[in-house]
Amino acid sequence: MTLKVLLITGRSLRQGVGKEFGKSDEKYMESVSLCEISPKDLEAIGAKSGSNIRIKTQHGSVVVKAVSSESIKPGMIFIPYGPYANILLGGDTNSSGMPTFKGVYAEIEPAIEERVLTIKELVEQYYSR
Amino acid sequence: MALLIKNGIVYDPLNNINGEVMDIMIDGNKIVSSINESKAQVIDASNKIVMAGGVDLHSHIVGPKVNSGRILRVEDHYKDLVAKTRFTRSGSGYSIPSTFVTGYRYAIMGYTTVCEPANPPLKMIAVHDELNDIPMIDKTSFILFGNNWIVMEYLKEGKIKECAAFIAWVLKRMKGYVIKIVDPGCEEEWKWGNDIEGLDKEVNNFGITPKEIIRGLCEVNKLLSLPHPIHVHTNMLGTPGNYRITIETMDCVKNIANNNQPLIHMTHVQFHSYGGSNWASLSSATDEIADYVNKNKHVTIDMGQIIFTDTTTMTADGSFEYKLQKLTGERWVNSDVEVEESAGIVPIHYRRNNYVHAVMWAIGLELALLVNDPWRVFMTTDHPNGGPFTYYPKVISWLMSKKARERVLKRIPRMSRRRTNLEDIDREYNFYEIAIITRAGIAKILGLKNKGHLAPGADADIAIYDFNPKQYDPSRDYKEVVRAFSKAAYTIKDGEIVVKDGEIIKPVIGKTFWVESEISRDLESSIASSLNEKFRDYYTVSVDNYVVPKDYLYKPWPIQVKAKI
Amino acid sequence: MVIYENVLCSVCGCLCDDIEVTVEENKIVKVRNACAMGTTKLLNYYKERNTKPLIKKDGKLIPTNLDEATSKVAEILVNAEYPLIYGWSLCSSEAIKVGIELAEEVGGVIDNQASVCHGPGIQALHNSGLPTCTLGEVKHRADLIIYWGCNPEDAHPRHLTRYTLSPKSKFIKDPKERKLVVIDVRNTITAKKANLFINIEQGADFELISALRAALKFEEIEEERVAGLAVEQIEEFAEMLRSCKFGVIFFGQGLTQSLGKSKNIEAAIALVKDLNDYTKFALIPIRGHYNVAGANEVTAWQTGFPFAVDFSKGYPWYNPGETTAVDILRRGESDAALIVGSDPLAHFPKEAADHLAKNPLAVIDPDISVTALAADVVIPSAFTGIEVSGTAYRMDRVGLLMKKVVDPPEGVLSDEEILRIILKKVRILKGVA
Repeated sequence: MTLKVLLITGRSLRQGVGKEFGKSDEKYMESVSLCEISPKDLEAIGAKSGSNIRIKTQHGSVVVKAVSSESIKPGMIFIPYGPYANILLGGDTNSSGMPTFKGVYAEIEPAIEERVLTIKELVEQYYSR
Repeated sequence: MALLIKNGIVYDPLNNINGEVMDIMIDGNKIVSSINESKAQVIDASNKIVMAGGVDLHSHIVGPKVNSGRILRVEDHYKDLVAKTRFTRSGSGYSIPSTFVTGYRYAIMGYTTVCEPANPPLKMIAVHDELNDIPMIDKTSFILFGNNWIVMEYLKEGKIKECAAFIAWVLKRMKGYVIKIVDPGCEEEWKWGNDIEGLDKEVNNFGITPKEIIRGLCEVNKLLSLPHPIHVHTNMLGTPGNYRITIETMDCVKNIANNNQPLIHMTHVQFHSYGGSNWASLSSATDEIADYVNKNKHVTIDMGQIIFTDTTTMTADGSFEYKLQKLTGERWVNSDVEVEESAGIVPIHYRRNNYVHAVMWAIGLELALLVNDPWRVFMTTDHPNGGPFTYYPKVISWLMSKKARERVLKRIPRMSRRRTNLEDIDREYNFYEIAIITRAGIAKILGLKNKGHLAPGADADIAIYDFNPKQYDPSRDYKEVVRAFSKAAYTIKDGEIVVKDGEIIKPVIGKTFWVESEISRDLESSIASSLNEKFRDYYTVSVDNYVVPKDYLYKPWPIQVKAKI
Repeated sequence: MVIYENVLCSVCGCLCDDIEVTVEENKIVKVRNACAMGTTKLLNYYKERNTKPLIKKDGKLIPTNLDEATSKVAEILVNAEYPLIYGWSLCSSEAIKVGIELAEEVGGVIDNQASVCHGPGIQALHNSGLPTCTLGEVKHRADLIIYWGCNPEDAHPRHLTRYTLSPKSKFIKDPKERKLVVIDVRNTITAKKANLFINIEQGADFELISALRAALKFEEIEEERVAGLAVEQIEEFAEMLRSCKFGVIFFGQGLTQSLGKSKNIEAAIALVKDLNDYTKFALIPIRGHYNVAGANEVTAWQTGFPFAVDFSKGYPWYNPGETTAVDILRRGESDAALIVGSDPLAHFPKEAADHLAKNPLAVIDPDISVTALAADVVIPSAFTGIEVSGTAYRMDRVGLLMKKVVDPPEGVLSDEEILRIILKKVRILKGVA
C-alpha cells in the first residue's frame, strides 16, 4: 500500500565516510541510496527492512532501499544528502536561494520487483542531455 | 627609474620645510639628493602642494570583525558599487569598503601607509590573508593584549620579563607592530556578561586590575624598545563623564615616563572626552583633556572625529557594543575570542540634528584645536567608527577653516553648541600643521624613520595636491581644500606614479611591516617551551598552527629593534 | 618514515588541527586522532583516482592533457554570456581568490555552497546581527550546550569531545557541570547523549523559538502545546536557558533548510539577544565543509558580499533568490558552468541540476564527482591539506594554514594553479592579457 509521509534529507556519518572513499565507490552509493523509516510505517506499507521501496514527490520518483530505524518518528522518512534524494526535491527557493531540503510531502510504496540504480545509471537516466 | 618632482610647494615638517618651492628627486623607491635629470621623468608640481604620503594611525580596514561588518551591512554596499576598470578590481563601499576598494581610496587621497589597529592574535592568519588583498598601501596590524589570559597571569605573578618575552614572541610570530590595549580587563568580564567600572576593580578569576594591566604593558613596551608607545582604548568608552577615567589612564603611567618621551598613545579620544553624568547632561570635557595633554609630554592622542553620515561602529570593546545596541535597537554582532579578546559591531547613523551626535562632532575638533602641539595629536575618524576615512578631506577643511566649522555649527542644535567650546575657538591649522597631523607626526610616533618626510633616504611615498596657496586661502576657500585633498594630483608609491588626477593608473602591492624585538636567547627559549602546555590547556589550536609564517605575507617587511631584556 | 604532528583535517568545519600522520615513501600509512571521516579520507584519498584531465568527445570522457583541458575551460567561459562558477568549500582561500578574479573577468556569477547550507544564516545576519564566539570560549565557559537542528555525532564527530562537552576547561572543573540539550525531529545519536532531548515537530522551529522568547519574558502562552511540546516543558526549558552561566546554541541545517529558513535563524538570533540580558549566550553556525566559512570570508572581503555574487554588470551584485546558484539554474539562465571543489549534481535538487547538466560544463576536483560524470571537461587537482598547503576557516571563522604532507601525483596541480592558467588563457582570448 501507499503511505503519505514527510521527507527529511540530511547528513549521515556513513554518507560522510562514504564520500571520502570517492563518489564512484560502492560504499558511497550504498550510503546515499537508502531511506530510514520507522518500523511502524514499514509494516504499514507491507515492506521489510532491506527491501526496496519507491518514493514519490511532486518533483520526482526514485527507488531506494528501506532501512528500519527507531530514531525516526512515524509519518516521517529520512534520506541522506545525495543524488537519490535530489530526484525528490524541488528547486523553488521562494526567493531565498535555499531549496527546501527538509519537510517535503512524499508517498512511499513497496518496490520489491524494482532495482536501485547505480549512480552512473542514475546520472544517465535522469540527466542525459 | 628616476623621477623629478619640479617646483612643488613642499610641506615637510620633519625637515622644517614650510611651503618652500623646491624639487624632490627619486631614484628607485627612495628619495635621493641628486639624479641625472636628463633621464628622469618630470612631474611639473608648480602651484601644487607636495607632502610625504599620508599615514593613518588608526583605521579598521581588515580582520574578522571588519569582515563581519561587511557581511552585516550588505545594504551599505548597494549604494556604493565599484566597477572593474582596466587597472583596478571591482568591489564596494561604503563605510566598510571591500579590500581592493580600501587600498584604491587611500591611494587616491594620497595616503601610502595605514595601520589596522585591533586584531586578536588567534585570528592573525585571517588578518594577513585579508591584508594581502589590500593593494596600493603599506600596512601593519596592532595586536590586542589588554585582556589576554597569559599576559594577565604573568603580570599578576610579577613576571614582567616573561610577559615581555611572550609579547615579543607574539608580535614576531603573528606579525604585528604595536601593543594594543582595549578596555583592559573589562572584556574578560564581558565574556561572562559582566561589567566592571573603574581602573581599580579586580578582574574576576585573574586578580588583577585594569590599571595594573596598563602599567604592566607600558613597562613591557619599554623593555622591548617597541617603536610605538602602548596604544590604548581605555575603559568606559562612549559613556558620559568618562573624561575622568581617561585622565586617570594617562596619569597612571606618568611615573614610568622618562625624558618626556611619549609612552602612552590614547586613541579616538573624542569617544573618551565626555562630561556630564548621563546622555541628557552630556557635555564636552575637552578643556580638561587638552589641559592634561598640554601639560604632560608622555601622552599623544588621536581625534576619532565623527562625521554626520551612516557608518558602522566596530571595536574590540564588545561590552560597549552590547550597550550601544540596547540604546539604539540596532543590529548587533558580538564575537568573543578565546583567551584573548572580545569584539562587537553596531551600525550607526550620526545625525547633525541629534544633540548627542552634534556634541561628539564638536568634541573631536576641539581636541585637535585645543592641544597646542600638533606633534602630539593626530587626525583620525577611527574609521569606520566615527565615519569612513574617505571624509578626511572634510576634517582637514574643518581644522583649516573656522568658516567651514561655522557652516556646520549653525545647523546643529543650540543645546549642543552651548555644551561645547567649538564656537569660541578661532584657531585654524595651516598646511604645515596639517602635514604633521596626517603624516609627519604619525610616522614619528610610529617610529617609521623612512616615512612621513621627504629628505634623501626616505621612502618615495609622496602625495601631490592640486591646491595653490597663492591663489586660494584655505580658511575662506575651504571647499577647494576638500576638492584638492579628496583626489591627489599624483600619488607616488615606492617611486612609482600610482595615481594621477585622482585615478589609479597603476595597481601595486604594498609592504606589510611588523616588529621583531630581539630578546635574549635564554629568555626566548624558556618562553617558547612553556607555551606548548599553555596552548594545550587554553586554546583550541596548537602553537604550530597558531603562528603566521613569514612567507604567508605577499610583501613581508620586518622591522628589528633591540630589547632591553 | 616521517611523522607529521598537528596536521589539519580537511573534511568538516571542525578543522581539527591535532592529527598525526605517518608518511612512508610519499604515502600516508597511519593516521591518529582523526574521526572516521578524516581517517577514511587520509588513508583512501589516492585510491582509484583519476590523475589525467578528461575531455568529452563523441559523448565520452577521454584522457587529454592539461593544456587542451584548460584551453577548453577558458573557451567555455569566454563564449558564455552568463557563466556560473560554483563550489569552493573544499578549496583553499588562495584558490577562491583566483576564482573571484576569474568570475569578475568573464562577467559571471560566483557562488559557494553556503547557498545551500548556511546561506539563510548569513541572510539572517544581514538582518539581525549575530552574538557569537570562538569554540575555545565554549570549551572554557559553556555550562549549557544546545545543538539545534544538527547532529554533530554524525556530521562533526569530534565536536563534542574537542570543543563542547568534554574538553579541558579553565573554569568548568567537572564535565558534569555541562548540560547538553538536543533539539531535533529525529532521535539522533547526538540526541541519545543529551541531558534533554526535545523532539520537535518538523518545521515548527520558529514557533518554538517564539514561545521560548515569550516564556523568557514571563508572558502568558495561550496554547496548550507548541511545536509538539507542552507549554510547561517550554517554560522549564526557558528557565534552563535563563539560569545558565554561559550558554551556546549550535544550529544546523535543521533550521536553515526547513520551512522559514532565514526567519528561523533570525528568531534564534533574537532569542540569543534576549538571553544576553540575563546571562551570556552565543550562537554558532555548525558549518559543514572544511572551508565553506572561508569561501564566505574571502568573497565578502573582496566584493562586500559573502556568496552569490554576480559580476555581469561589471561590479559585484548580490541578491539571494536571484543570484544564487539553484535559482539561476532553475530559471535556466546560465549558459556555462565551472564547478570547483563541489558536487552539485549530487547535492542540488534535480530541477536545478537538470539545467547544469545541459550547460557546457567544466569540473576541477581531486575526485571524479557525480558532476564530473556529466561534464565536458574534467581537470583533476591536488588534495588541499594533504598534497598542497592552503588557508581554511573553521566554523567559528578562525583561519588556519593547512599543511602539505605528501607530494601530489606528477602533473597534478593545485586548484589555485589550474585556475591561474585558465585565467591567463581567458585574458588572452579576450585580448586583454
